[in-house]
Amino acid sequence: MGYLNKYFILRKHNLQVTVKKMKQNKLCYLFLAPYAILFTVFYILPVVSSIVLSFTSYNILEPAKFNGVRNYINLILDDDIFLTGVKNTFLIAVITGPLGYIMAFLFAWLINELPRWIRTIAVIIFYAPSIAGNLYTIFGVFFRGDAYGYFNAFLINLGIIETPKLWFTDPTYMLPICMIVILWMSLGTGFLSFVAGLQGVDRSQFEAGYMDGIKNRWQELWYITLPNMKPMLMFGAVMSITSAFGVCDVTMALCGYPSTDYAARTVVTHLFDYGFSRFEMGYASAIATLLFIIMILCNKAIQNLLQKVGT
Amino acid sequence: MGKKKTDKPYKKPLIKRRRPNRSIGGDIAIYFVLFLIAIAMVFPMVYAIEASLKPLDELFRFPPKIFARNPTFDNFSDLFVTMSQSWVSFSRYVFNTVFITVVGTVGHILLASLAAFVLAKYDFPGGKLFFGIVVTALLFNGYVLSIPNYIIISKLHWVDTYWSIIIPAFAAPMGLFLMKQFMEGIPGALIEAAKIDGAGIGRIFLGIIMPNVKPAWLTLMIFSIQNLWNNRASMYIYSEEKKTLVFALQQIQSGGIARTGQAAAVSVVVMIVPVICFIASESQVLETMASSGLKD
Repeated sequence: MGYLNKYFILRKHNLQVTVKKMKQNKLCYLFLAPYAILFTVFYILPVVSSIVLSFTSYNILEPAKFNGVRNYINLILDDDIFLTGVKNTFLIAVITGPLGYIMAFLFAWLINELPRWIRTIAVIIFYAPSIAGNLYTIFGVFFRGDAYGYFNAFLINLGIIETPKLWFTDPTYMLPICMIVILWMSLGTGFLSFVAGLQGVDRSQFEAGYMDGIKNRWQELWYITLPNMKPMLMFGAVMSITSAFGVCDVTMALCGYPSTDYAARTVVTHLFDYGFSRFEMGYASAIATLLFIIMILCNKAIQNLLQKVGT
Repeated sequence: MGKKKTDKPYKKPLIKRRRPNRSIGGDIAIYFVLFLIAIAMVFPMVYAIEASLKPLDELFRFPPKIFARNPTFDNFSDLFVTMSQSWVSFSRYVFNTVFITVVGTVGHILLASLAAFVLAKYDFPGGKLFFGIVVTALLFNGYVLSIPNYIIISKLHWVDTYWSIIIPAFAAPMGLFLMKQFMEGIPGALIEAAKIDGAGIGRIFLGIIMPNVKPAWLTLMIFSIQNLWNNRASMYIYSEEKKTLVFALQQIQSGGIARTGQAAAVSVVVMIVPVICFIASESQVLETMASSGLKD
């Protein structure tokens, strides 16, 4: 009894402290309110309503009907196309996510040692593809399916292939080529963060490391640069996960929507299909909810992994 | 300077200036590879620009050439003609884009800096939790949230209005995140000094914080412009006279083979605006990004 009483007294005390702090900082809430309200309406509410809608069958016109976990059961057991989408998304995420991330860091690290004006130009060259709108459709010209396509012509001239390949219609080639395009665009905000972060690493640490017996640039990278860059690495990871799991623009624009045999379908394309072509909002919300969960778990796992870097 | 160094070869100025732990051979090999990659990265953009400068007969040349032989700006002027022939005037599209971008950006910077200020500089219950949620929201891209967002916007009766694009842009989590991280770098002593001099929270915000975070303003502006410029809002807006410039341009792009030249010009216009904005503000953006790390 005594312990329980003590516990409640403690909780009560904590609550009083919190309330007092809140009263002291009344103006803070006023400052936060405009942003917080809009953020709640357009970011938190959608996530919550996605979760709620995922347990219903809803087509916007009729009121939502509760149907339990049927959406999830259908998704996982009956929907072969969704499973194709999951497989493709994972394939794209597992390959382009880490590769794009490492590329971003490596390039940022290498250009960091260049003279200032070259670095400025290099940052523009590497960053521009990610903000270039729908310029990636130009890859549709390079990889065109007939002999006019540069890549086909190139391979035919070399004698590697005899007839033109249908790069975006043949399921064997769709994903690899989309991955190339995604990698081309993957040096985004995370890359900028790396470039900026590397400039802030204290120079004297490198000299100290040299004295302490660091022999080459790779040891220096692992023992000095990476530990210093941990916060940026975490931020970059968030950005990578967002783009790796959100792929749909590139595959839809290049491989068509729907693509041959659904070979380029991703989870987001599937969500798009059910949400905006078939208006099965409940089902689409179930897809979105699964995607949220996967992304958050993946983020947690990667943040934990990054904690161990350089130790 | 150069002559002086050759006078005293025993001083090895070249070696002395180099950083420790770098071999010349390694440098040459690595930067050669990096150079090749840079060329590969820039090639699609150069190709797009070249294509937009090719007259129609060169666009369909076989075998195709990468560089235009008689570069012209015909495609761009044709594009202008096509745009002015559409029943919604060209200036209307420009107005839509400018209106959405300006209002969205100003509102975003204002709201995000207000919130970022208290999150960065005051310790109040719920602040850390709120920021944690904002960081998690960085993970969600527009498509995943689009269905519930559509329902919310239609409940607010904002479908087919500018507000459907502008208001959600106010609350973009990236802006708040960058602003808050940047504001944390402002020394607390400045704020303490102002408090002792009798400044209230409003005075501190306007007089001390805001003037000191100019690079972050600019960065938020750039990101907001990139975001709103490429926002075609095809989900929320269906009236032709409310569509943005990029949306209208991309409608031309899908106009078939006769518009190949114009389509190339469209890609260049759509690409060049955010890239130029970035070039103009690169040093400020990088200054802001230096504080973008996620600490815990």
